[in-house]
Amino acid sequence: MLEIRNLYASVDGNEILKGIDLKVNRGEVHAIMGPNGSGKSTLAKVLAGHPQYEVTAGEVIYDGKNLLEMSPDERAREGVFMAFQYPIEVPGVSNAQFLRLAYNEKQKHLGEEELDPLEFKDLLKEKAKIVEMDASFMTRSVNEGFSGGEKKRNEILQMAVLDPKLSVLDETDSGLDIDALRIVAEGVNKLHSPEKAVILVTHYQRLLNYIVPDFVHVLSAGRIVKEGGKELALELEEKGYDWLKNGDGKAAAGLKRSA
Amino acid sequence: MGLQLLKEESLFAAEFSEFIRNRCANEPTWLRILREKSFAEFEQIGFPTVKEEDWKYTNVAPIAKTTFRPAWTDRETRLEAGDFSSLIYDESRDSSLVFINGVFQPEFFNASRLSQIVVMSFTEALTSSPHAPLIREHFERYGGAGENGFTRLNAALSDGVFVLIPANVNLDAPLELLFVTDHEQGSPLAVFPRVLIMGEENSSATIIESYASRSNGQYFTDAIIDFVVADGASFQHYKLQRESTAAFHIADTRVSVRAGAKYETATINLGAALSRHDIAVTFEEEGGECAVDGLYMISANQHSDTHSMIDHRQPHCTSHQLYKGVLDGRSHAVFNGKVFVRHGAQQTNAQQTNKNLLLSDEARVDTKPQLEIFADDVKCAHGAAVGQLDQDELFYLESRGINPGLARNLLTYGFAEEVIEKIKIDSIKRELDAVVLNRLHSGLEIA
Repeated sequence: MLEIRNLYASVDGNEILKGIDLKVNRGEVHAIMGPNGSGKSTLAKVLAGHPQYEVTAGEVIYDGKNLLEMSPDERAREGVFMAFQYPIEVPGVSNAQFLRLAYNEKQKHLGEEELDPLEFKDLLKEKAKIVEMDASFMTRSVNEGFSGGEKKRNEILQMAVLDPKLSVLDETDSGLDIDALRIVAEGVNKLHSPEKAVILVTHYQRLLNYIVPDFVHVLSAGRIVKEGGKELALELEEKGYDWLKNGDGKAAAGLKRSA
Repeated sequence: MGLQLLKEESLFAAEFSEFIRNRCANEPTWLRILREKSFAEFEQIGFPTVKEEDWKYTNVAPIAKTTFRPAWTDRETRLEAGDFSSLIYDESRDSSLVFINGVFQPEFFNASRLSQIVVMSFTEALTSSPHAPLIREHFERYGGAGENGFTRLNAALSDGVFVLIPANVNLDAPLELLFVTDHEQGSPLAVFPRVLIMGEENSSATIIESYASRSNGQYFTDAIIDFVVADGASFQHYKLQRESTAAFHIADTRVSVRAGAKYETATINLGAALSRHDIAVTFEEEGGECAVDGLYMISANQHSDTHSMIDHRQPHCTSHQLYKGVLDGRSHAVFNGKVFVRHGAQQTNAQQTNKNLLLSDEARVDTKPQLEIFADDVKCAHGAAVGQLDQDELFYLESRGINPGLARNLLTYGFAEEVIEKIKIDSIKRELDAVVLNRLHSGLEIA
């Protein structure tokens, strides 16, 4: 479904990603872990098409198409979704309005039926159950005055409504208490299917207790330095990232090969 | 004053003599004298120039340079009710007054829901109603300092309507004043709408003041709408300016707020090549309250100027102002908000906010809050901001599949909504929502 080849990206002239290779198949859950500043979030934003991030080399093939040539909105309509680490507040636009617009834009793109406000309300009601969100959130402005946990749940609600093929969750666990983490993780699990793929970007292993990855990739200084199965996350939890960071380039490369 | 300006005024002079001869025959002498005085003052001072502080950013030379034909000479109005019925809001279908080219049209007056109130032309009110002294007192109150060439020209040439909401009447249907300008040929029209609305003790009413055109031509609206809100009365007032984008719109709203009275207004400025709105609210007695809000949304080469003046003459009065601007293209907006707190106006609470969203690098806004406070126990605050669409917000919307044009409209809508939501009339709200959302993108609805 997704193939990233030798991806280099920079922001404001600083090179952050230095040659990423990653392959994600349908039905798989991949975790991207790594210390702060390793480039995890940059990778997520590059996949979503954030205009501040410039791809300087490499390619990303999504569903047989060149993802990097698509605008952010095209990517979304084609089924790529990024849950933001810091969801943006959009004053004056209600959650329901926003979600229906986004939903209908996608339906239009796919040549499928658009929903009027009443029909959409029913759909939204169903989807809101997945993240245990109250109806009052639908009439409130997008994310405005939401707590950190509510914002993250709202991201997963958007994911539920837009039904993406590839979901990239950027530090969705940060700032969540244990109950919110459980709700968010269960939501993601419910939405997952053999037709879809998920990339979890996270600093901590905690989220992976709830959403069990098939593969774990460890990023350091813009490169994947170690890869493995779900047990790698536990190892990182125990040893910390210094274990990888302190190794010199050769050691890191060696680790990668051994993975 | 230049030679050219003098020449234009001389032209109005011929029209004025004709107006006095033909249209004012039935008016009381004092009014004719007042008209002559106003016109003489207009001839003396002319239209304002950018040398005057209040007109520094708004150059009305295009009005002064154009030869306008006062609309009362244009006797051939062929409009029928069907030509403007779509401009009347559903809620006020049975409570609307139509003015064509500034002149009240009694034949289109639908008053089935207005039986509790008084609506009559000034001529009728001054010659055959008990309200004459009240109107005279009001007319003679204005004039002199604080007025400009536009208000004097209106005072000389307007022929308007008197509205009275009697004591303790709560008008359940909104009263709509629809000003339609329509002309097909000849030199551009100058129209002079004038309405005096008085609410007696403990009355309440909603008034819609709406300007629209049936053609895209050039014309000049010079309007004065006065409100007197008596003790304990409460008015909601919506001014919707959707003039032709070639038109000039100069309007004065003057509000006198009495003891414990409440006046809430929202002004929506969308049309006109050049528009200027002066709104002055005066607290004449204690305990008054006002909310003065507005939205100007302009593009291309439009120019929109709002001057508000809240005069806290008495203690224990509250004023809130929220003006928002959306500017695209090479448009230019001016906001000047003056709050005057006089000696002894203790316990005044005055808040003023002006926020502007620039959608283009070439748009420009001049915003100036002006607080003059002569009392020491007051709460006054003001703020002004000018910004652009937030790139992170845009990306967020785009990342959900919303195309960039729609994302911009949606954020603009979010910005403007704070003012639009203050309007309590659904069909106006829906119309404005659509206008804002479809700015760059058609066929979009939101619910």
